[in-house]
Amino acid sequence: MTALVSYGGGNLRSLRNALLHLGVASRAVATPGGLEQAERIILPGVGHFGAMMRALDARGLRAPLCRRIRAGVPFLGICLGFQALFDSSAEAPGERGLGIVAGHVGGLSSAPRLPHMGWNHITPLTPARLLNGIPAPLGFYFAHSYAVPAGSASAALCRYGSDFTAVFEAGNCAGVQFHPEKSGPAGLRLLANFLEWKATC
Amino acid sequence: MLSRRIIPCLDVAGGRVVKGTRFRNLLDAGDPVALAARYAREGADELAFLDIAATPGGAAMAADLLARVARHIFIPLTAGGGVRSVADARRLLRSGADKVAVNTAAVRRPQLIRELSREFGAQAVVLAIDARRRPEHGGWSVFTHAGHQDAGLDALAWAAEGAALGAGEILLTSMDADGVQTGFDVALVRAVARATRVPIIASGGAGTPAHFAGVLAPGGADAALAASIFHQGRCGIGVLKRHLAAGGLPMRLVE
Repeated sequence: MTALVSYGGGNLRSLRNALLHLGVASRAVATPGGLEQAERIILPGVGHFGAMMRALDARGLRAPLCRRIRAGVPFLGICLGFQALFDSSAEAPGERGLGIVAGHVGGLSSAPRLPHMGWNHITPLTPARLLNGIPAPLGFYFAHSYAVPAGSASAALCRYGSDFTAVFEAGNCAGVQFHPEKSGPAGLRLLANFLEWKATC
Repeated sequence: MLSRRIIPCLDVAGGRVVKGTRFRNLLDAGDPVALAARYAREGADELAFLDIAATPGGAAMAADLLARVARHIFIPLTAGGGVRSVADARRLLRSGADKVAVNTAAVRRPQLIRELSREFGAQAVVLAIDARRRPEHGGWSVFTHAGHQDAGLDALAWAAEGAALGAGEILLTSMDADGVQTGFDVALVRAVARATRVPIIASGGAGTPAHFAGVLAPGGADAALAASIFHQGRCGIGVLKRHLAAGGLPMRLVE
């Protein structure tokens, strides 16, 4: 079962529709117990970093989420759900992220206009499993004002004013800054790739 | 590079897509679900889905229609028409919209923009502004209630205020140009782009590919929204985007 983490703010409908289109049923999960049973976990996210972390805490989801990700259950964070993997964000100073990956989410410095809205190209740095079989040019839909700086675990970068991490992969833990569920056939293929991932634990 | 966006607009009333001239004389233009699917296939970068009956009639948005569109179409959807509260917006977002557009209700109560932005994030909040040129003193005035009432606001000042309150985009419609296909009001778009730092979606007046090229040139709009030109089949989205790309604009091209 693929669990979509439901913490109140996010819009799960688009993601669920995309997974249904791929022939996969998913379940909205808002309790620690639901996470324990999941074969795969997707953390969608729109809104505010601080509000999201507080909502996860209010539902008691932080610790089980961290435990399952560290145990090797395939995890995909989308947009804010990707940013949640890090220690902190410039969007909500003082608010603690999940801390699965060391680092700080920054503002999009030197961006011409904000938010970064629309279809942008990404440049792969390493062969990413999520990008298997997606033909170039790799274009995806972005909608955000904060981003993960380019770093050692960046599998693909995007440029908007400056470079930031568009795709992240470390073992079974992955994240994308764009919205695959809103990125047409390329996004659907990325989700299909993720759905093939198996737990390593 | 960030692509410029082409956004077909589906004005919906009574479950059908309609299109008028200068906000009047509405004509039937087809089934929204079928049209949305066609536009997505042709390479539309987003779709806008506006319930134009909602504001004058006070009717609630047709969330089920939006849900049917969202089931098979995996590009961003903006929904609007009669959004007055966080609860209205939530209903649209839960139906499958990615962004909500507010217009009349935000003019009446600007704090609505801040409430929506805090709840859903700036990227989900589109401030729709219907603007008309002032014949005597220059500049543009804001109109509400689907273009029926002068709000007594300056369009540039209202755009800047809306962005400061948390709108993540401005959907800027020239009422002078809407439906008459003689070109966008490029001066309006450029003035609003200078007055704000959020992306601008230009609307009203698209009649030829050259109109799009003009309004999407550097310093202008980030996206262009149009209805008649696409509904009437006079310009295919794929053809338009290839034309714009050939002219040097960054576009997302689909096979």
